[in-house]
Amino acid sequence: MAMLEVENLEVNYGVIKALKGISFTVEEGEIIALIGANGAGKTTTLHTISGLLSPHAGSIRFMDKEISRVPSHKIVGMGIAQVPEGRRIFANLSVYNNLRMGAYTRKDKEEFERNLETVYASFPILKERREQMGGTLSGGEQQMLAMGRALMSSPRLMIMDEPSMGLSPIYVNEIFAIIKKVNEQGVTVLLVEQNAKKALSIADRAYVLETGNIVLTGKASDLLEDERIKKAYLGE
Amino acid sequence: MSFFSYLINGVGLGSVYAIIALGYTMVYGIAKMLNFAHGDVIMIGAYIVFVAMTSLGIPALPSLIVAMIFCLVLGVVIEKVAYRPLRNAASKLAVLITAIGVSYLLQNIALLVFGPNPKSFSNIVKLPPVSIGGINISSTTLVTIAASVVIMLVLTFFVKKTKPGQAMQAVSEDRGAAGLMGINVNGTISLTFAIGSALAAVAGALMCSSYPILDPYTGSMPGIKAFVAAVFGGIGSIPGAMIGGILLGIIENLSKAYISSQIADAIVFAVLIIVLLVRPAGLFGKNVQEKV
Repeated sequence: MAMLEVENLEVNYGVIKALKGISFTVEEGEIIALIGANGAGKTTTLHTISGLLSPHAGSIRFMDKEISRVPSHKIVGMGIAQVPEGRRIFANLSVYNNLRMGAYTRKDKEEFERNLETVYASFPILKERREQMGGTLSGGEQQMLAMGRALMSSPRLMIMDEPSMGLSPIYVNEIFAIIKKVNEQGVTVLLVEQNAKKALSIADRAYVLETGNIVLTGKASDLLEDERIKKAYLGE
Repeated sequence: MSFFSYLINGVGLGSVYAIIALGYTMVYGIAKMLNFAHGDVIMIGAYIVFVAMTSLGIPALPSLIVAMIFCLVLGVVIEKVAYRPLRNAASKLAVLITAIGVSYLLQNIALLVFGPNPKSFSNIVKLPPVSIGGINISSTTLVTIAASVVIMLVLTFFVKKTKPGQAMQAVSEDRGAAGLMGINVNGTISLTFAIGSALAAVAGALMCSSYPILDPYTGSMPGIKAFVAAVFGGIGSIPGAMIGGILLGIIENLSKAYISSQIADAIVFAVLIIVLLVRPAGLFGKNVQEKV
């Protein structure tokens, strides 16, 4: 049984069909990349998993439980944390309080301290700036805060929406290295990314979305060599 | 009367505005809507205290608690029935107009239930006046001032230090991101309405203790003035609502005393216009930060 099983998922915005029945799986311990152009349905997929959107049809099972109708604030408690597109950190809360919000569903004080230490170890800059307001951080630091915040909820699955967006190349490399590290620590990752090259370089497997359908899937290393991918997404 | 007694009465009146403004400002900060029915919840709260004390013979404090609970439920129901279905409506005007509708609805319900004749409200503070430096100050004024300070301090602590308070801050900043943290956004907004409406009952009882005429329109003007106070202080800010309310009360009372009681309200609104021209975000308003 896969950790996350999406089956024939259809999502509509009014009359527009954003997802036309996609199916994919994420196995425990994997990094899975969803790649595709703007408007392909990547963010829609993540938002539906997180409970921000309700599907028109199809199912989403996480750890063998149907979650497609579970409201977003309960999804986190089940072990899925989302790092949203554009980071969406709380600009007027301190770095520490942002991290505290990430642990909102966790009642255990010891678990909180343990997670905080792990996050500070992975992102030393957050420890340094813990008293600063979130809004004063640079884009790359905000991305780290958004990841740290997600990790505070002890997720089994972390879903990330465009983590490289708007970051300088140095930060992009750093963020991807951290994603890899987080994954090695036992967190399964589902990643949506326009930077297909980067995403495929750290992912185990990938799915290619085109206007609401999955058109291609395979091992990430194979897709990196695939002619169609090279042409459409890698700009080669 | 001396300047000092005008001043202290102004602070007393301003404290009532402050308590109402706290409700306005919290709801605005978290639900991002102007609840124009807030003033009428005050009126309902005052009626509940009046009925409990006068008709049922319940002592003042338990009557106030009953009114607070009643208004708390009323506020939550209003939000759930009238405002929540419009929360994601395309136009923000829809919910604003609904709030005005709820305001008239509450006034007309009061008119139906309690009739148009003003009731004479009996003071909930049954203490003798206090003499400070030879000036007699009514204990109602002092209790009102103390209540507003305590309420502000408790609210500030609540928002800054407790988990539901932090959830309020998160929802106020970014509702979607708050939901992704596992915060129940609807629940948090309900809680805000509950607190604001319970405070409205306190404001109603204290206001009618100082100005004991109660009719279905009693809440309307103080509601608007408290809204002015909230904007004056910087809407969304708790200390802003407090300072805005008290300043407004002082300006109103001193205008009545030294200029003219007829144009006191005009002066209050003129001051608002001037403040907004100089500081559009209000005295304590945050400059809205654009997110990267």
